[in-house]
Amino acid sequence: MIIDQEISQRIDALRTHLPTEQALLLPLLHEMQAKAGWISREAMAEAAQFLKIPLARVVEVATFYTMYNKAPIGKKHLQICTNVTCFLRGSDHLLACLEKRLGIHCGETTADGQYTLSEVECLAACGTAPVMQVNDDYHENLDESSLEGLMNRLDQELKNG
Amino acid sequence: MAEKLLTRYNDTPGSHTLNFYRSVNGYQALEKALGMTADAVIDEVKKSNLRGRGGAGFPTGMKWSFMPKAPVDANGVAKPKYLVCNADEGEPGTFKDRLLLTQHPHMLIEGMIIAGHAIGASRGYIYVRGEFVRETQRLEAAVAEARAAGYLGSQVMGRPWSFDICVYRGAGAYICGEETALLNSLEGKRGEPRLKPPFPAQVGAFGMPTCVNNVETFCAVPTIITDGAAKFAAIGTERSGGTRLFCVSGHIEKPGVYELPINITLRDLIAHCGGVRGGRKLKAVIPGGASAPMLSAEEIDVAMDFDSLAKAGTMAGSGGVIVIDETACIVEVAARLLKFYEHESCGQCSQCREGSHWLARMFQRIEEGGGTDADLDMIAGICSNMAGQTICAFADAVTGPALSSVRKFRAEFEAHVRQGCCPLKPADYVPSAHIKHHASARL
Ligand SMILES: Cc1cc2nc3c(=O)[nH]c(=O)nc-3n(C[C@H](O)[C@H](O)[C@H](O)COP(=O)(O)O)c2cc1C
Ligand code: FES
Repeated sequence: MIIDQEISQRIDALRTHLPTEQALLLPLLHEMQAKAGWISREAMAEAAQFLKIPLARVVEVATFYTMYNKAPIGKKHLQICTNVTCFLRGSDHLLACLEKRLGIHCGETTADGQYTLSEVECLAACGTAPVMQVNDDYHENLDESSLEGLMNRLDQELKNG
Repeated sequence: MAEKLLTRYNDTPGSHTLNFYRSVNGYQALEKALGMTADAVIDEVKKSNLRGRGGAGFPTGMKWSFMPKAPVDANGVAKPKYLVCNADEGEPGTFKDRLLLTQHPHMLIEGMIIAGHAIGASRGYIYVRGEFVRETQRLEAAVAEARAAGYLGSQVMGRPWSFDICVYRGAGAYICGEETALLNSLEGKRGEPRLKPPFPAQVGAFGMPTCVNNVETFCAVPTIITDGAAKFAAIGTERSGGTRLFCVSGHIEKPGVYELPINITLRDLIAHCGGVRGGRKLKAVIPGGASAPMLSAEEIDVAMDFDSLAKAGTMAGSGGVIVIDETACIVEVAARLLKFYEHESCGQCSQCREGSHWLARMFQRIEEGGGTDADLDMIAGICSNMAGQTICAFADAVTGPALSSVRKFRAEFEAHVRQGCCPLKPADYVPSAHIKHHASARL
């Protein structure tokens, strides 16, 4: 079970603003993913039961939106933008650096489960391209050396738990 | 340069707090607007010539006036009206709403409350793209401050009018920027655009009459009310007033958000941002976000307002100006954009789903040297089956970069076909693996 009392209370608080149970689905999936890291089929069933809506409704929604992870991901989710401005300012090279450093391809997770590397579409930070989102935070104006510094810091964070 | 109306206090520490906002006359426009009738507020916004900053450039005052005055359901019971702020900012090359949300959330909230008064709404939603986690937190804090100060709630500023705002996070889907897809998403559904009519003003969020505007559009409202429509309208053109937040990115010396008169020329805008990076030669500009047809270097003596850019065969769109210099390969740039559209098509309409897929594959094949002359002609054919043939304007957007790149840079495409490779790449070039794989952990 992922939905605990805290999540349940936060969802309840939204009921004053959102007139249908279905409308609570996106916020609920965000909450569940924040706790569990990803949205499994079991998690979808739990959400359906909690909101008393058909499972198919949950599955079709969870699979529509890219931010809901449908497979387990690493502790640090590296999401590098490869859209046009980031591309013009060198994101492909940064992606290649990350693939080399982590020994994985884009779309994969390291064997130790620490990092997942994904490419994402424009993050609306093109003025400070290239940009990478790591979990909830943006890292902007990246170049090879600042990326290396960032990765060293993330390694350290993971080591310290 | 003209006065800044929205971003005067950029980078001022604490500009996002209620205290700061009040210290610079924040919420005085609301006080003034609440002393006016709803119609008078709409009139003022009409007179300002404010046009929507989300992409389509629709006159804001007119949109507000389309909202039914006293809608009732089949049983004669009054229906609530809703106001929605589109903060989904996803058009590649656009990053102004993020700045406004981060630095001036109270300006947005004040603009929304004034709009809520004008259309008689009982509730507002701010739909923020899911990636904006920190921006959402800041916005929620600002909404809480505004509520505690009595600007939101059951009696807005002590008056007999209840209006509150709910911040709602998306979950990663460009199409949710399209207003009817946004409404479906807000209802907890797949973000698939709806067939129009009915328009949101009749059947919007949760079946109720709804008005959708962009973040920047709402942020322009307080200054229009405080300083008067005339001052706003005096900037810009006769049909399009005010300043606009231009997002300038790519091969430009000083990328960033620049608030300038909406009719500045593209040439002046580029110069204002320090010119092309490293003094290189300009090749092309995408003037209004990824969906806007490209302009060549010879076409930049054009004013940036909606009508002038439309006349030049492109669009002002979202205000995202992407500068491309001589070192870039146009085929590769277009291929990158089409890969984006292929990924983001919601899949409802076959023309769009299949067309964006074919175009993405074709452009990539041409870039890699496997294209033929027939491909170049087929592109126009595919596009003519997409634009105007689908539920929403996404398919039209796809054709923007596809058609303009081939039309204006045909020689570059032909060189790829003739040489069997990208002329701008070294002979031993291997395209990065991610393009081949289209990999994503989330699929
Ligand atoms: C594919 C597509 C994507 C869009 N994305 C956005 C967006 O991210 N933000 C936005 O404000 N408008 C976006 N729009 C335009 C909206 O549909 C709508 O016109 C706008 O939010 C209305 O606000 P405005 O009148 O203040 O411009 C998009 C439209 C289309 C067709
Ligand atoms: S293109 Fe990367 S943030 Fe916009």
